[in-house]
Amino acid sequence: MTESTMKPPKKALTPVKWMREHLFSTWYNALLTVVVGYLVVTSVGPILNWALFDADFLGADASDCSGAGACWLFIDQRLNFFIYGFYPDELQWRVDLMFLLLAVAFVPQFIERFPARKWFGIFGMTGLPVIGYFLIPGGLFGLEAVESTKWGGLMLTLILAYIGILASLPIGILLALGRRSEMPIIRGLSVVFIEVWRAVPLITVLFMASVMLPLFLPEGMNFEKLMRALIGITLWQSAYMAEVIRGGLQAIPRGQYEAADALGLGYWRKMGLVVLPQALKLVIPGIVNTFIALFKDTTLVLIIGLFDVLGTVQSTVTDPAWQNVAVEGYVFVAFCFWIFCFGISRYSQNLERKLDTGHKT
Amino acid sequence: MKKQTVDSKPAGPKPWYDPRVRSLFFQVVAIAAVFWAGWTLVENTLSNMESRGISTGFGFLEETAGFGIIMSLVPYDATMSYGRTFWVGLTNTLLVSVMGIIAATLLGFLIGVARLSSNWLVAKVSLFYIEVIRNIPLLLQIFFWYFAVLGALPSPRQSIEVGGTMFLNNRGLYVPEPLTQDGFGLVWGALLVAIAAVVCIRIWAKKRQLATGQIFPTFKVGVAILVLLPVLAYFVAGSPLEWEVPALKGFNFGGGITIIPELAALWLALSLYTASFIAEIVRSGILSVSKGQTEASKALGLSNGLTLRLVVIPQAMRVIIPPLTSQYLNLAKNSSLATAIGYPDLVAVFMGTTLNQTGQAVEVVAITMAVYLTISLSISLFMNIYNRAVAIKER
Amino acid sequence: MNKTKSIVLGMALVSGAFAASSAMAATTLENVKEKGHLQCGVTSGLPGFSQPDEKGNWTGIDVDTCRAVAAAVFGDPKAVEFTPLTAKERFTALQSGEIDMLSRNTTWTLTRDASLGLNFAGVNYYDGQGFLINKDIGVDDATQLDGATVCIQSGTTTELNLSDYFRAKGMEFKPIVFDTSEQTVQGFSAGRCDVLTSDRSQLAALRSKLADPESAKILPNTISKEPLGPVVRQGDDQWFNIVKWVLSVQINAEELGVTSANADDMLKSDNPNIQRLLGTDGDMGAKLGLPADFGHKVVKLVGNYGEMYDRNVGPDTPLGLDRGINALWTEGGIMYAPPVR
Repeated sequence: MTESTMKPPKKALTPVKWMREHLFSTWYNALLTVVVGYLVVTSVGPILNWALFDADFLGADASDCSGAGACWLFIDQRLNFFIYGFYPDELQWRVDLMFLLLAVAFVPQFIERFPARKWFGIFGMTGLPVIGYFLIPGGLFGLEAVESTKWGGLMLTLILAYIGILASLPIGILLALGRRSEMPIIRGLSVVFIEVWRAVPLITVLFMASVMLPLFLPEGMNFEKLMRALIGITLWQSAYMAEVIRGGLQAIPRGQYEAADALGLGYWRKMGLVVLPQALKLVIPGIVNTFIALFKDTTLVLIIGLFDVLGTVQSTVTDPAWQNVAVEGYVFVAFCFWIFCFGISRYSQNLERKLDTGHKT
Repeated sequence: MKKQTVDSKPAGPKPWYDPRVRSLFFQVVAIAAVFWAGWTLVENTLSNMESRGISTGFGFLEETAGFGIIMSLVPYDATMSYGRTFWVGLTNTLLVSVMGIIAATLLGFLIGVARLSSNWLVAKVSLFYIEVIRNIPLLLQIFFWYFAVLGALPSPRQSIEVGGTMFLNNRGLYVPEPLTQDGFGLVWGALLVAIAAVVCIRIWAKKRQLATGQIFPTFKVGVAILVLLPVLAYFVAGSPLEWEVPALKGFNFGGGITIIPELAALWLALSLYTASFIAEIVRSGILSVSKGQTEASKALGLSNGLTLRLVVIPQAMRVIIPPLTSQYLNLAKNSSLATAIGYPDLVAVFMGTTLNQTGQAVEVVAITMAVYLTISLSISLFMNIYNRAVAIKER
Repeated sequence: MNKTKSIVLGMALVSGAFAASSAMAATTLENVKEKGHLQCGVTSGLPGFSQPDEKGNWTGIDVDTCRAVAAAVFGDPKAVEFTPLTAKERFTALQSGEIDMLSRNTTWTLTRDASLGLNFAGVNYYDGQGFLINKDIGVDDATQLDGATVCIQSGTTTELNLSDYFRAKGMEFKPIVFDTSEQTVQGFSAGRCDVLTSDRSQLAALRSKLADPESAKILPNTISKEPLGPVVRQGDDQWFNIVKWVLSVQINAEELGVTSANADDMLKSDNPNIQRLLGTDGDMGAKLGLPADFGHKVVKLVGNYGEMYDRNVGPDTPLGLDRGINALWTEGGIMYAPPVR
């Protein structure tokens, strides 16, 4: 909502007046307030009781859960599995280090006046994946190797989402440029690629990548399951990315293209130096939004047998040692995702508001 | 673009500097590369399949399937063919998609409007709903609804009853099924006549309004005709409808229409999840209509209702339609998550059991993908037509 | 225009990658040796057959079958990597070459053998399909199950048997099909179905997974034959023979009284059967492309069939299954392996 910069003089707003204005302005508003208020009050109480007041947080095993409220003890006991999957205990410092670096790279992005935060972001996009590439699987520089089948939990979720988005960015840019190309065949091929990938559900893509990819490849050429899932996710995601970037390219005024032409720049220089820097900056919120979508969609890998954070929880809630902990497990996963997605979406909304100023045509 | 600089050279361009030649060359190379890659892929696949002794072709569609499916809209039993399982899966997918799209649209519009409500509590509750639901993965929500709701419902023998005709338990919701008797055709006929009449009245009313300025209450009259005529026909034909009421037989209820928990959970999760996105789309759509428009229509003396109907909504729809289309597409694609809770949709039945029993992954996956492509393209096409209808007509 | 160049270049690279190694048509054994480990498809968690613990260490009779093959090829039962597969994925994964062998309580049927491009290399567990019911419904026999709702795992022979059985008896049923056995149990314990059907060996394990195992019981009926065994791709007879004979060696070892504990002592045995089995006489290994002492490695490092059974599903395990028909033919069962000679 646009508000005028000069605000009217403040009214002396007493609580009663405020309520009359915001809750009971008309008879149907009053009725609505009463009904909704009743629903909120009756549902919040039991939920709080279950989640906090009657819940069990401490103890050693299932017998310490009273059953009156939530059994958070279960989460506490299995937290290691939910975060690291089967990653060996003594090597988990490597994952912790990556979590720390990830935080170092991206937390400053949320703080407006953080010095040189751009460089932290650039490190996150370039240096971080390289470090992760050597650190997580190990096998080099005297680091003990950990096969990808042992990765799991939150760590795997983050790896899938992060690599998926990073790898799909360049492919997305190429596809977007292809779709706006003046050459009909290049354009046609890009359109077909984008539309086909966007039309099929991620499940079928993952299924294909997980079991059928080796059928398409020459004999003897094979990748690990995780790698194949990543290939599927990347191709699928790049089609969405292309559409986001295309939006940015379309928003750049014609004059910019013409000015670049007038300067005698070739195609790649025109795009690389003039158009893309502006377009990409415009679509950062869009890219962040696709990241959120992808982050949530990574849960689908549990269907092809990878243990992401939802997969680890799903596989432990049936543990006979713990009874009826499914809701606790799901709430825990929901909370993990919610924290990430809500935080990031707030960031993207702020950015959108800030970037909005300059480019209204 | 570069043409001018090149043309200005007196010697004329060398062919490899001519943008047209270059363009042609690269396109030819591109298409050759794609064909070559595609051909290699197909050849690899074929030779791999042959060397591994995998049967190919679509003959398997004729073979007997031999497995049961809990729910199907088309007649099905285990003695029918694999081809039939495809139709069962497809219709189930379409059913849940259509149900989801309808529910998500209604709920999404409601919440989107509530989000802008002047009532503080209603606005905040809507905001809370949107921010919670859309930031949690859909698959998790499906699991939650399925296992949480299932655990909360009673077993068939302790069913929750509504008037002895509807039953709710952990096997589903059982409602009476209307069975049409002889003479029900009259009711259908009456409905058709009513529709035709409403269309005629609308044309006539519009003509009259343009000519005389008088407004005819088309909507109220239309609804009256649509309801009254079929009801009248129903009684004239002697109430040709019987209700088959579900009853407990053995372990489960039989008869009537069953809404299985898998369908309910999937429908609920898809609708609630997509509604949170639609609500945001609706909100930004309504906000995009500038205040000047509302003020102008007020100045013309239009009532609140008419302002909303004739000025705000048509303009908001232009902003709403494109993102709404992609939400519908997402919903249709997300319905494939059915496989996680055992709802027999296309992916679960056809790409699941059928694929596994026949082992013909390439054919089955190709068919499945083609279906989703068709669904997506049809929704886009339909929404594009609608979008063109509501778009600004530049004169 | 340069953009095209790079796109074309990219495409050329991609398609080049496709074409690059198309001439490599190595045998499975060569591939396995080159990788340095055996890639084995198992379930994503089924107690007694293949189940990972919290640290990702796999145990179970199907897992041991894989370990025995690794012991034969590499002399190291740990040279295996496990790929957890759903029932739906398993054949495609094997066909596509993602895994070298499938050891995932898979039933041997004609269709699978003939038209899926697979070969069954033997039987490591003779099973049959049964029913697990909730005691509340008060049923003692499967013939009383008319109209029941049945939880079942997708992509299994049980799905087909169930349908046949009910049709033959003129009964109706409603199938609820889940992807994994965990979800099947979850659905059953949530009361979604009256009956859970699966191989009998699994029913015991699944029952133990219930919050209240006493609330459920297993019906006496067995409605099908389910010979479970390891599977390989068609078209590589050498690999097929290796998997087949590693299993046979384990069964023969039990018959001859060779165990992991006495395998070293048995090397000095005078019994020609044991000498051939352990590779001290007649180079049986070379005929399969394996080291001469592969039998010794298999028995010493993994154990004979009886040990494998007792360790994973036998009476002293949570599953507590008697040998039954899985006992050796000499002891009243039907477990019988062709001779090593």
